[in-house]
Amino acid sequence: MAINTDKNSYTIIFAVIMVIVVGSILAGFASGLKPKIKENERFEKQQNILYAMGVNENEGPNDATFVSTDKVEAEFNKYITKQLVIQGDEVTENDEAYLIDIKKEETKAKDPDYTRRLPLFVGEIEGKEVYVIPVRGKGLWDAIWGFVAVDKSMTIQGVYYDHKGETPGLGAEIKQRYFMDDFTGESFLNGGAFEGIEVSKGNNDPTNIDKDDNEVDALAGATITGDGVAAMLRKDVRLYVPYFKSLN
Amino acid sequence: MGLLSKKDSKLIMDPLADNNPITIQVLGICSALAITAQLKPSIVMAVSVLFVMGVGNVVISLLRNLIPSKIRIIVQLIVVATLVIIVDQVLKAFAYSLSKELSVFIGLIITNCIIMGRFEAFALGNKPWRSFLDGIGNAAGYGVILIIVGFFRELLGSGTLFGFPVLGNPVTKTGLYAIGYENNGFMVLPPMALIVVGIIIWVQRSKNKDLIEEN
Repeated sequence: MAINTDKNSYTIIFAVIMVIVVGSILAGFASGLKPKIKENERFEKQQNILYAMGVNENEGPNDATFVSTDKVEAEFNKYITKQLVIQGDEVTENDEAYLIDIKKEETKAKDPDYTRRLPLFVGEIEGKEVYVIPVRGKGLWDAIWGFVAVDKSMTIQGVYYDHKGETPGLGAEIKQRYFMDDFTGESFLNGGAFEGIEVSKGNNDPTNIDKDDNEVDALAGATITGDGVAAMLRKDVRLYVPYFKSLN
Repeated sequence: MGLLSKKDSKLIMDPLADNNPITIQVLGICSALAITAQLKPSIVMAVSVLFVMGVGNVVISLLRNLIPSKIRIIVQLIVVATLVIIVDQVLKAFAYSLSKELSVFIGLIITNCIIMGRFEAFALGNKPWRSFLDGIGNAAGYGVILIIVGFFRELLGSGTLFGFPVLGNPVTKTGLYAIGYENNGFMVLPPMALIVVGIIIWVQRSKNKDLIEEN
């Protein structure tokens, strides 16, 4: 069975068949696994929100573990009392607010006629009301995002950060406990006005005892990722300030 | 080895030592630099490459008499890319947290020159079983170096292994840090991977003098 594999017609037929076969294999895999992948993404978002407000399975001071996927849905319904969508002055309740893609909202908001929808999650933990704000920004290589839990006075109760492709060991450390935990207790406000949180390199307070300085200690070797975190918080949390003003 | 003939077992053992793809052939250096800052990504990368090379070599070997030589590189690239996408999707569906940590690196497998190199140099001219062994052997040789480099870089750079602190806490100064030890921040940067690989090459060649080229 000697096929002349050098002929042009054979080459073209081979290429066509190859493309069809490979294309259908990949399409089969993609559509077969899609529901499972989507579900994973939904669970992850719920886990992140719960983590920020302090519902997690952390063991020890360095461990950041979410509530497990098999009970995340139940825990989410238990701790999150209300999901709000803020659009301009209008605040509506919406049980699917956590599915709002804030990246898409940010793009849409470039159109001056569009009022951006801002999701906000109201939860209750140990009798205390917390508000979880989703944030999204840019790191060094790619997107970074997170969830910030604050109380009525915009003092941070907990945060969760994640990233798409920051350098392991450097920028990727933003999702480590020792960085995230520093934010707890800091306030976004300074003298009643919104200031944000600076991720500061020239910090005189590396163990973060002073909680009124609007500063946390930066990560060595991750200047741009750290600045990205600060910029992301300033940009996205600011949008919620009018709502918090109306609360008090 | 009873299972494998002497010639076959040579296919696996050679790349692990005297014909290692990284330290002797100096292939696949790019990914070895990029992902070895920590141990866990190094191991997952090694396992993923093992899968892609084992299966890929068999597929190419099965098709070796059918692939038109004019477009063989494209065909090889398609086979690698397909396998990598499958790995990526399966990880996303069944090991979501792991895939989130590694998705960028998984994509990088496509650019690994060892894979294309073995397809071209071995699988195109050999039977499936031998190609499979060759793929596994080369991927293992690559993986071993990755894991060694990852081990030293994470240990000396961050003082952790798999993310667990093993040398004490650098902030509260416990363990080794109490007596003045400091993490070497340079270890987490890519250039140090090259230096660690260099040291491995040095050790290997001084143990086996046959490997030293004369010129």
